[in-house]
Amino acid sequence: MESWILTLLIFLPIMGVLVMCVVSMSNLSQNKDFYKYIALFTTGIQLILSGFLYLNFDPTKSVLDSPFTVQLDWISSFNIQYYIGVDGLSMPMVLLSALLSFLCIGISWSITKNVFGYFALFLLLDAGMMGVFLSLDFFLFYIFWEVMLLPMYFLIGMWGGPQRHYAAIKFFLYTLFGSVFMLLGMLALFYYAPDGNTFNLIALIEQAPRIEASLWGFDMRFLIWIALFIGFAIKVPVFPFHTWLPLAHVEAPTAISVILAGVLLKMGTYGLLRISYPLLPGEVVNFAYILAFLGIVNILWGATCAIAQIDLKKMVAYSSVSHMGYVLLGMASIVATEPAGAEAGLNGAVMQMFNHGTITAMLFMLVGVLYDQAHHRWIVFPDDYKDKELAGKLAFGGIASQMPIFNGFIILAFFAGLGLPALSGFISEALCFIGGFSAFRVLTIIGTLGILLNAIYFLRAYQRIFQGPFNEKYKDLKDMTKKDLAIILPLAFLTLLFGVYPQPLMNIISSSLTDLINIVQKAI
Amino acid sequence: MIVSNINSLSSYLPELMILVMILVTFLYESIKSYRKYVFPLLCFGMISVSLLLYFSSPSQFRIFEGMLVNDSLSIFLKWVIIISTFSIILISKNDNSILKDIKNEYYAMLLIILLGMFAMVSATNLLMVYLAIEMVSIPSYIISGISKDDKESNEAALKYVIFGSFASGIMLFGLSFIYGLTGSTDIYFIADSLSQTDNQLLLYTSMIFVLVGFGYKISMVPFHYWTPDVYQGAPITVTAFLSVAPKAAGFAIMIRFFYSIFVIDGSPSVDWPNIIAIFSALTMTIGNILALKQNNIKRLLAYSSISHVGFMLIALSIVSIDSITSILFYLVFYMFMNLSAFFVAIYMSNEYDANNIEDWNGIGLKVPFISIFMVLSLASLAGLPPTSGFIGKVYVLRNLFSESQFLWLGIIAIINTVISLYYYFKIVKSMYFIENESLEIKEADRVLTIIIVLFSSQNILFYFYWSSLWDYLKNLIINMNLI
Repeated sequence: MESWILTLLIFLPIMGVLVMCVVSMSNLSQNKDFYKYIALFTTGIQLILSGFLYLNFDPTKSVLDSPFTVQLDWISSFNIQYYIGVDGLSMPMVLLSALLSFLCIGISWSITKNVFGYFALFLLLDAGMMGVFLSLDFFLFYIFWEVMLLPMYFLIGMWGGPQRHYAAIKFFLYTLFGSVFMLLGMLALFYYAPDGNTFNLIALIEQAPRIEASLWGFDMRFLIWIALFIGFAIKVPVFPFHTWLPLAHVEAPTAISVILAGVLLKMGTYGLLRISYPLLPGEVVNFAYILAFLGIVNILWGATCAIAQIDLKKMVAYSSVSHMGYVLLGMASIVATEPAGAEAGLNGAVMQMFNHGTITAMLFMLVGVLYDQAHHRWIVFPDDYKDKELAGKLAFGGIASQMPIFNGFIILAFFAGLGLPALSGFISEALCFIGGFSAFRVLTIIGTLGILLNAIYFLRAYQRIFQGPFNEKYKDLKDMTKKDLAIILPLAFLTLLFGVYPQPLMNIISSSLTDLINIVQKAI
Repeated sequence: MIVSNINSLSSYLPELMILVMILVTFLYESIKSYRKYVFPLLCFGMISVSLLLYFSSPSQFRIFEGMLVNDSLSIFLKWVIIISTFSIILISKNDNSILKDIKNEYYAMLLIILLGMFAMVSATNLLMVYLAIEMVSIPSYIISGISKDDKESNEAALKYVIFGSFASGIMLFGLSFIYGLTGSTDIYFIADSLSQTDNQLLLYTSMIFVLVGFGYKISMVPFHYWTPDVYQGAPITVTAFLSVAPKAAGFAIMIRFFYSIFVIDGSPSVDWPNIIAIFSALTMTIGNILALKQNNIKRLLAYSSISHVGFMLIALSIVSIDSITSILFYLVFYMFMNLSAFFVAIYMSNEYDANNIEDWNGIGLKVPFISIFMVLSLASLAGLPPTSGFIGKVYVLRNLFSESQFLWLGIIAIINTVISLYYYFKIVKSMYFIENESLEIKEADRVLTIIIVLFSSQNILFYFYWSSLWDYLKNLIINMNLI
């Protein structure tokens, strides 16, 4: 059982797709809900399996000793292995993607257009996400990384908003642009590995720092770092590669925005921590300052852009850019001279990856609930709005009394987003800043401005939509349904839990991160 | 070892079988009541050619007094050629773009090209090289103009003739230089005498002149100008045919020519790798950039095939066993992905009259089964995992690391991959993202559907044979002692 569980986690969704294909050829395909139940069932089992994995997970054991690790030869002539395993870094990501996939099936329940296609593609996407987080072979990692692109392209392009065609291809081209550079970096690692060609990420930890080669006057390790960084940075997205994000997030259907912001963005930082950090520690040390700088730019740029938005979903999308900046800052502080600082920063970064996943999922889901009823999500109508009467006016107003439960959750989500103490966002952001402060004093002080900017747009949006005089146009708005509540409660619970008691999360991640810190600190 | 003419016949059986088929086709065509038997006989004949090919064993013996060689490289490429030709013959049966009353002549032309390509992949004498290329070219001119009433088709044929004869004239000029330098037309003897030549200018001139001829055959930039017009003008089945098999044969002849004549002791005697590298970068980039704005599916796929040729040239610019292996490896995958994309295009063109990208609007939702295979083929052409196109790309790019002076080509190649994604997915976009209620669903063509499924599923099924195919090809190249 133990050695099968990771394989099941990856391939269960694919089995779900096969079942759907069989169903689509039979009479059962008359009932479109059947596909939804298959998807719900598959992701439900996946969630239970990942829960089981969590309960049996021993954070002190390394990947090599873990009973869950599977290592098989796949293509022996190219030395590609089917090598999957779970450690403290991937565990929270696996939990997050299993949880969000399950909840997103619920969010997408109202899909009516081409139900089979939607849920089949969603499950393929799910398989790709799991594969990325569990792979320990670079080639396997790369395949799963790319497998997600095609379903995502279709999900945005077929079920998205008015600008979906452009958003889909832009997302696709940007990500592919990054990943082809990653491909070159991967092949370079493979080819130059001193003890024989390998894609094995664990073996490369020891081998990659010994690569001795140069090209065009640059050190080969430097070039590999750059190639991998382009690939991961586009996914994060690091300024200035972020322009695909607001478009894709806004145009995608709600569930897909949740997956994009909740899981896909984390793959960028996960990839850096999983591959670039342990394999190229010397380059991490050289680059830490730039990484921190980009993190700060992300925080401030994302937040200022969010302030300027009048579309609620776009505002949330830009807030993701800003929040991923905290992760970058925390990650960069691995070079801090005090071990406590490095530890705080890195733990903060990984926790922020998880917490941002839950918070942003809540935000997008709530925006979706509002949009489904009001059929728009303007905070303020734009100046060129089709109805000249309304142009430039406040779109909502005072709907707190109309939707009290919704109002409660939006307060929770907004405050978690702006980092209010006792909510999970605070802990991880504080840790990132503590780490950042111990390594890059001036930068971090500038970066703390971001907290203020975050508060500005969240509070202002709250005021404009929920407070003030009640807009009579919205007297038909209904509060959240039981289904909506069921989806949001687990996320709200996690936000509250990790806000006051982050220990369970810390316990999983800290020992793996200590190993990582040791690897990098040795290179200073 | 050189084998005399009469003893050579026993290792020339597949070609003799094709020759018989050509004669039978012409004979039956002239008798009106026999015409309907041509197609079944052709199918039978192709199967027997495949069987004869299966039982012919590779050898280094040079048959017909040193004109041809039946080594493992030529036998392998003959397989690639026969698979693509056979599938084209099967598909042509129901193709309306080729008039019924000249269909048998069209088959005969295909067979002559087939014979020519078989000669191309095994030619070891410069005269034979020239003869084989002409034997492929002349019937190609005819079949691209086979739609007599279609002006575009006539134009295509004329352009093809003019460009082709010009290119082969230059090639012949180059070949005569080589003969003048060495006094021999046998490519194995040439290598020895060429290494003693100190006339570098003449050596480079002759090499580049010959390259013009080859470049025209595989549509390498800047000798590609005929490709888009011919591909667009010719009937779509002919286009599909021209896009794969002659290119495979062209690559075979290039590998043999460069490795036998210009490689001494594993390293190039003349600096041709650099020249090929520059042509490769040009071919990839220009092919891709010109494809971006195309609206006609055939023309778009023409430019895409140009860029794929550029990609394969990357591997030709590096002298090693792995790089030749990766060309052959890529050719196999390229055959499957390109033909399957063309076959879906043929399907849509026959049934829904879809020749331009806007005609494809909404097809994905109305004809879901076939459309999935189109997406698969296009993803493979764009080189996205988990398709075979990706693996082919990885194997080609891998060669660059052994010769790091060419790594700049790798960066050009991957940027081109991103560019190519845009135009491939322009088709996907109109298939799936734009709805078209007026489209009427029509009865599917059985044979074509089966062939599409067979070819297109290779883009995923390659996982089952990829490793063994690579090992097989590598062994084959090692045993040939090319380097």
